[in-house]
Amino acid sequence: MKNFTHRYFYYPGCSLEGTAKEYDISTRSLMAALEIELTDIPDWNCCGASAAAAQGELLSLALPALNLAKAEAAAQASKSTAAWDILSPCSACYLNLKRAEAETARNPALRARVNAVLAEKDLQYKGGVQSRHLLDVLAKDIGASRVGHAVTNPLSGLQVAPYYGCQCLRPYAVFDDPEIPGTMNPLIRAAGAHVFPWNLSARCCGAAHMNTHPEVGISLVTDILKAAKGADLLVTVCPMCQINLEAYQNRASRLAEEDLHISVLYLPQLLGLAAGIAEEKLGLALNLAAEKDFRFETINEPI
Amino acid sequence: MKTAQKNPPAHSVHSVHKTPTNPPDILAPVREMIQACIQCGTCTGSCPNAFAMDISPRGMWRMVIMGEDESITEELFNTKTFSLCSSCYTCTLRCPRGLPLTDAIQALKRIQTRHYPEKAKKNIHFYASFLESVRRHGRVRETEFMTLFFLSMKNPFLPFSFAPLAIRLMAKGKVKPGFPSAGNGALDPIFQKARELEASS
Repeated sequence: MKNFTHRYFYYPGCSLEGTAKEYDISTRSLMAALEIELTDIPDWNCCGASAAAAQGELLSLALPALNLAKAEAAAQASKSTAAWDILSPCSACYLNLKRAEAETARNPALRARVNAVLAEKDLQYKGGVQSRHLLDVLAKDIGASRVGHAVTNPLSGLQVAPYYGCQCLRPYAVFDDPEIPGTMNPLIRAAGAHVFPWNLSARCCGAAHMNTHPEVGISLVTDILKAAKGADLLVTVCPMCQINLEAYQNRASRLAEEDLHISVLYLPQLLGLAAGIAEEKLGLALNLAAEKDFRFETINEPI
Repeated sequence: MKTAQKNPPAHSVHSVHKTPTNPPDILAPVREMIQACIQCGTCTGSCPNAFAMDISPRGMWRMVIMGEDESITEELFNTKTFSLCSSCYTCTLRCPRGLPLTDAIQALKRIQTRHYPEKAKKNIHFYASFLESVRRHGRVRETEFMTLFFLSMKNPFLPFSFAPLAIRLMAKGKVKPGFPSAGNGALDPIFQKARELEASS
């Protein structure tokens, strides 16, 4: 099944080397099982997260553009005629790279300014590679039927609430409806599970508020966990969403005065389980909220 | 066209308030981004953080439009509205005028960092500590970033609010304990050039 016209550079981003290691491990395992080759961008750097945009507009474009340029140079060196895309599992990284790609494409003067910065590293970005989110590649390039063919261990009976968050959907509506997203539904069904119907799949998790405005952040997290009540597990496609939804369930439960504990998995972990990939190759022991059989029997969080 | 002659064009109404003693209009670039705002309030109705804001997003854009007056600018930077934006882009998506509202908020954050740093100490130190770690190593090192943040905030109690999660993450081997280090400065030229070009524009 290697009739692909696309080849993929892999941009893990900083979170996937730290707090989201299991997202990195499970993405690599799932892609290997689906026979998709991932090539790491050589010497990739931080995309700037939300920090660069708060300091300088040009820096916030130059940091992601530097990764685009590194990938473009590697694509040229590969002499492959295939179209190269950059696959990012992290929604914030994906958006920063997408923004650098889109803004430099529509504004030649801006591209010149960004390239003047990249010239410090002897690099240029000409628009030859594009930023893609992991979910986009799974849903559109690979597709649910191919994922379904890989399923050996259908997750029958599980109610899965898909959580998309914000930045893979907005402001660039590339692969899904930015208000009522649905690209995870066929993938969850291909894994043999049910899609839990709910309204907050595209509602903001609060992003960095849990650090800078915790009283506001916990309120957003609580609303989402309350709406997901009844599902067996939540599935995310972003390290920031994941940690916000998995790490503060005790605090949210106290605030709501009801038990809001729920297992939270990354999408490639869920699909990987269905594809029969071993738990250690999906990093399942690293999750902060993933109970055996995905049902919380005991509450054992320290916060 | 007789009426046009009787009524002066709109811009001269504003120019009446401009005297050589007025300070620079620091909100002008943001006003340019949102000047087509019709004050419909779709942004406020769409914002997941509006409940915690002292001024609504719609009210904030009104202040930007009126903010040639320095007292309104000052008042705007006293609100916590734009610092509560979590960049979910729902307002940008839904704005019937198609205005880049989330980008305009980022621009407000940058103006605050430059002109009113004392009003957003926590946010500024948080982001600056993150970027400092990136500048040093090319990628962020979470323990270093948080250590730099705690040091810059000079609040000995602040680390305790983060300790429970940090301990859980360390127990999973996701973050490693460690002290800040100089790094190889691989991104130094990028940071310097971006700042140099930004300052000259």
